[in-house]
Formats: sequence, structure tokens, C-alpha cells
Amino acid sequence: MTQLTIAPGVSRTLKNHVSIGQTVQNSLSMAWRGLLKVRRTPEQLIDVTVQPIIFTLMFTYIFGGAIAGSVANYLPLLIPGILVQTVVTTSVVTGVQLREDMDKGVFDRFKSLPIARIAPLAGALLADTVRYAIATTLTFVMGFVLGYRPEGGIGFVILAGLLVIVSSWAISWIFAFFGVIARSAASVQGISFLVLFPLTFLSNAFVPVDTLPVFLQWFVNINPVSHLVTAVRDLANSGTWTGDAWISLLGAAVIVAIFAPLTVRAYMKKA
Amino acid sequence: MPESRSTDWAVEAHGLVKVFGDNRAVDGVDLSVRTGTVYGVLGPNGAGKTTTIRMLATLLKPDGGEATIFGHDVRREPQIVRQLIGVTGQYASVDETLSATENLVLFSRLNGLSRADARRRSSELLEEFGLSEAAKRPLKNFSGGMRRRLDLAASLISQPPLIFLDEPTTGLDPRTRAQMWDTIRRLVATGSTVLLTTQYLDEADQLADRIAVIDRGIVVAEGTADELKGSVGSASLLLRLADPASLERARQAILDVLHVDAVLSPEAGRITAPMSDPDSVTDLLIRLRTDGIAVAEIAVQQPTLDEVFLALTGHDTTAADAASGDPAGPGAELELEGAR
Repeated sequence: MTQLTIAPGVSRTLKNHVSIGQTVQNSLSMAWRGLLKVRRTPEQLIDVTVQPIIFTLMFTYIFGGAIAGSVANYLPLLIPGILVQTVVTTSVVTGVQLREDMDKGVFDRFKSLPIARIAPLAGALLADTVRYAIATTLTFVMGFVLGYRPEGGIGFVILAGLLVIVSSWAISWIFAFFGVIARSAASVQGISFLVLFPLTFLSNAFVPVDTLPVFLQWFVNINPVSHLVTAVRDLANSGTWTGDAWISLLGAAVIVAIFAPLTVRAYMKKA
Repeated sequence: MPESRSTDWAVEAHGLVKVFGDNRAVDGVDLSVRTGTVYGVLGPNGAGKTTTIRMLATLLKPDGGEATIFGHDVRREPQIVRQLIGVTGQYASVDETLSATENLVLFSRLNGLSRADARRRSSELLEEFGLSEAAKRPLKNFSGGMRRRLDLAASLISQPPLIFLDEPTTGLDPRTRAQMWDTIRRLVATGSTVLLTTQYLDEADQLADRIAVIDRGIVVAEGTADELKGSVGSASLLLRLADPASLERARQAILDVLHVDAVLSPEAGRITAPMSDPDSVTDLLIRLRTDGIAVAEIAVQQPTLDEVFLALTGHDTTAADAASGDPAGPGAELELEGAR
């Protein structure tokens, strides 16, 4: 045992508030934990490695001829679409894993530590951007293998990838919220996919909007996922940063502004 | 803030209440823990021990009452309270997927230590708790005892002046349990205050300076182990005679000298008598010698905390079914003098 005498409780000067600097520091420490976990359990990466490969292959050859006349013509339309769909879907796993994680005893310790309350959540979400990066890279590589040559060049492709990662990180706060309020990990998955399927499929991700019935076009055009897909297409295919990119970023900011406080509050309430 | 208020008491809780649905898990608990002591909260499963600790450790919001840690309110200044406490939960609150070192480095970093300090502190603690050899192994392969030790080590990173230990030895084998007790004693020697919960009466007896017996969400008795034992009754004198034939004469001698009725067990040649004044026993022994009654064995038996518990709660420590509303035992109303 350390022979240091412990400073008595009353002689310590303490603050009841957590500074922004400490919040960032705490969140980064928690993100480090998330990365260690990924390294320990690489099987958690199966969805972000296998899904981009399989889905890209499938969609390209199933829909390529029917929608765009040929595989080569479909790729510039599909790759940004499937990229957004895959990465956004991946963010559901964030909520599911957060739920599982929170059921473990270690979260009791996080709560008893003098750290920013948001840190265990923000850290977990931050670590998951690694998953999004893997999925993004694999989707672009898969597209390249199939013959996709984005006109925008490598710089804009990376920028497009970053936009998708940032947006997915923002969206993952929604699923983190479900993760915190849900009773079990399985129910998180259930609720999340119910939200996700309409959002990703009722968009311009796989088909041109003008082929849809009018009432659907209305929804597809206001769907934030459509704006993100369009933004990625503009970046990767023509190297332009358009209004859709700004809308995507704005949407991401709005989601975080709403769901981060909601999630933290729910997390604090849950014992 | 009046400093005098907070120097003496590590924990002051008044009328703490926590309700889960219809269940009043904690129903008005008062606790006062003096700085530098070990305080034991003793009770069966479901008595409200863990809920009480969770409220004091800011993990749960109380539904009623107040609690301060070194003078800081758990509701109004939770972040300050968290800087003063270490919590070791009933279920190991460490990360299963990480190694022992990684766990301690993570908690050190979260406690605000620099990267280098975190590494140094982690290896110090691993050394102290005999975990150096297993430092790099994932926790999945750790035994229950190793996990608890790591858990306790993690609670000590910031050298908190108050440590909560929720059933620190439940499920441990006797040897590991004794090691845990040693660790807790050394902890107190460095100036920490410890509040521990336990279902084991001997554990409270061994470690705690003061004990609160808690049952169905209320404190049914509070005091030192000796006070609690004293409250259920006096010690008893046990005699075994060399010649069972002289039992009746011995009983008469006890009646004459101690003025109490002894209980005979003729087949074993034994006599048991309540003993209020140890000094009068010498008189009895002289009387037995003059009467020519040979004594084969003599013993004084203190009441055990098990008996105390039974007397206070009306049920024993294992059969604690909160739903079975059997009436409180004869001693349930007992309040000890000298609690404060």
C-alpha cells in the first residue's frame, strides 16, 4: 500500500464544473478505450468490411443494366448512394453496441468518476468513426475495382468520404439515443432499422428521382439522405462543393444539437 | 461554508429515500460516518444497502432526504463529491475487454493524470495488488479475486479520502477474502474513510468500527459491534463437569452464587448459565472447589452478530425475502444509545 497519507476531504479545493478542455480530454480518453475494444474484438468489424463489398457487387450487377443501361454508367450514380447507405446503416451498430456496453459494470465506474457526463457517449461515438472510415474506404475501393473512375479526383473523393463520415457520426447520436432509452440491444436494432429503411431507400441513392411517383418524389427531395447522396455525387464525380453539401452539414449539426443533449439527459437519468 | 461542519464527518445522511415503483427500497436511512473510520452497513440481500451506497456515490438520485460527503451535497455538488470518492461495486466495474494495465491507464487518464503519470500509477497499483504478472492479459481470464483486486485498485487511483466498497468479498474464497480484509485495513491506515456493505456478520465484526444494521430499507440498529452484541443480551457461562453425577449440586451452587437458573444438559455433563457480571464467576469457581465439584471445561460465550441480526430483524440473514411480510421480530424496535 502506498504510504502516502491521503489528503483529507475538507482540505481539497474542488470545482463542481467540468471545463470544455476537460470534456474534450475525457472524450478522447473514452475514444481510446473504444479503439482498444475494436482491436481486441476485430469480429465487430465484419459488418463494415463485408457489407460494402457484397452490397456494392450485388447492386451493381442487379440494377446496373436495368437502371442505367450498363454497369459502367450506373457506377457514378450507385457508388455515392451505396456509400451513404452503408455508412449510415453502420451507425445503427453504434447504438446497439452502446446499449450492450452500458449494461456492463464499467459504466458504473464511469458515472462515479469526476468526468464530463457526455464523455462515455461522445468517446464511443468518436471511436466508431473508425468503422465509418473503413466502410467508406472499402466502398470506394470496390467501386474502383468494378471500374468506377470518379472525375473529381482523389482529393474530392476523400472530401466526400469525410462528409459521409461526419454526417454518419451525427446520425449515430439518434441511434445512441435509442440505445440509451431502449431496454435491450435487440430492441435498439429493431427501432433503428424501422427508421433507417425508409430514410435510405426512399432517397435518390439507387434510382433517379424522376422515375418515382409524384408523392414519393416530394419525400425523396426533402429527405436529408438524398441531399447527402447528391453532395457526395457532386464532390466525387465533378469535384464541386454544392449547396447540398452545406445542407448535409447543417442537417448534421441540427441532429447533434437535438440528440446529443437528449441522449446525455436520458443517460444521466438511467441509473 | 462552515468548515467545522465538514471536518469530522465523511458521510452524513438524513432520511434518505429511494422508491422503485411500489418498492420503497430505501425508506429513510440515517448514516453518519466519522472521518478515518470503517463503517459497516450490514443487511441481507435486498435490504437497500446497494441502493444507499449508489445514492451516496451520486450514481442514483435520492427521492427524499439529504446526504453530504465531507460537507458537499450529493445532489447540488455531484462533481465535487465524485472527486472525493472511490467506488467499488458489487459487480466488478472494470472493462472486460481491456487488459489490467489498460483499465488502470484509462481510469487514471479520466482522473486527469498525464500519460506518463497514468502509466506510472498503474504499474504501482498493479504491483501493490499483486497483479503485475497478469497486467497484460485480457480480463476474461481473471479469477473473481483478481477482478476484485483490480476493481479496488481502480478506485484508489486518485487516492480518494472516502471509499465505498459494496460487498467487497461476496463470492470470494476464504483466503482471498482474508487478503481483501488486509487490503482494507491498510487502506484505513493511510487515512482513508471506508464505507462498506456486507451480508457477512463476521466481516462487519472484523473490519468495522461502527455498524448499521439495515433491513427493508431502514436502519434497525446502529453502534459498535460490541454495543450491538450487548443489546441482545449478556454473555453466557459454559461449564462441563468431570463427573455428570454432580450436575445437580453444581446447579445449586450457581443458584446460590450467581442467583440465576442454569440450564442442564445431563447427557453431556454441561451447564449453561447467563452471566451478567464476570467478576462473580470467581466466587462461583471457589464455591465449586470447596464443594469438591471437578470442572473439565469452562468457557464464556459472547452472543454472535448472527444472533444480533436475528433478534433485530426477526429473520435470519439468508432468508431475507422482502416480499414475505412477516412481522418484525421482538427486538426490531431497539434503538441503541450512544449512536451519537
